Amino acid sequence: MADFTEEQIRRYSRHIILPELGGKGQKKISDAKVLCVGVGGLGSPNALYLSAAGVGTLGLIDMDRVDVSNLQRQIIHSTPDQEKLKVQSAKEKINALNPDVEVVTYTEKLSSKNVKEIVAKYDLVVDGCDNFATRYLVNDACFFAKKPNVYGSVFRFEGRATVFDPRSEASPCYRCLHPYPPPPGEVPTCHEAGVIGVLPGVIGVIQATEALKLIVGIGRLLVGRLLLYDALDMTFREVKVPKDPGCPLCSKHPKIKGLIDYEQFCSGV
Amino acid sequence: MIKVKIPTPLRRFTKDLAEVEVEAADVKSLIEALEKKCPGIRKRLCEDDGSIRKFINVYVGDEDIRFLKGIETKIAQGKEISIVPSIAGG
Repeated sequence: MADFTEEQIRRYSRHIILPELGGKGQKKISDAKVLCVGVGGLGSPNALYLSAAGVGTLGLIDMDRVDVSNLQRQIIHSTPDQEKLKVQSAKEKINALNPDVEVVTYTEKLSSKNVKEIVAKYDLVVDGCDNFATRYLVNDACFFAKKPNVYGSVFRFEGRATVFDPRSEASPCYRCLHPYPPPPGEVPTCHEAGVIGVLPGVIGVIQATEALKLIVGIGRLLVGRLLLYDALDMTFREVKVPKDPGCPLCSKHPKIKGLIDYEQFCSGV
Repeated sequence: MIKVKIPTPLRRFTKDLAEVEVEAADVKSLIEALEKKCPGIRKRLCEDDGSIRKFINVYVGDEDIRFLKGIETKIAQGKEISIVPSIAGG
């Protein structure tokens, strides 16, 4: 416990007294570096809870600015933050919540040119972005870098979560679940179809939970399982996500051998 | 009867019902039965050649039919079918 100050021991006491975590588990959290892709609906609760938990370094990627239409669900941002960069607004909240957390912000668009270098600096990635192009890019970059990718997505009243862990040969990747993105215009965005504000709260917190379990090395992860949440029905179900022996990325005979920018196919999705 | 869980984007074909019941012995006949009950839904689920669209997954119970026998996969009575399209919202 020598690494923690008196105040830190008090701050994290409810963690430290958990037999599954203890001082050792909290030390792992304090040493962890987590990259949050997107600081919107999913990224807001995820970043807040990981910060509260004391994650040592939190990378935040988002090029957008806070808009009043975000505030119905993106709870890390407040009314006076409108027009601010989301990563700046989030950094201020995180610093106020827990000064132990070092926040690194990125406002450039994530692409095949920069993703490798950014992902390399972190232990794991939490994907809370809002488009297919970035999801495939993050998946592929995590696969090549062998970094766990905690996936979550939301649409209207439905949410999904799973974990892809390329450190394990047996783990599927996002392309085992959905090999390629849908064609442009086939799937409406939340912007076009709406999303109930509390939904990304539920899924974002599930992502934060899986991230903490990964960091500490406890429990049973969502690897190989897709959690399906229906807010209207108030049901949680799960289906299996097997590793696809024909996966274009992570199978023994991959078709994809480098990073792909899908923007040209996916704009508007 | 087989219970089919309908995802939100396809509920406009099911009068907003989250679950539809149909008689079917395999996935292929399930899609036919669904189309009869919910006209227009097949075009959203299948390619012109009848295969399931690549960004939509169909599960019999908790098993993805891509790893079983595709649309030829048999459905035992009492099994629940889930249609799970790819979503990207965040």
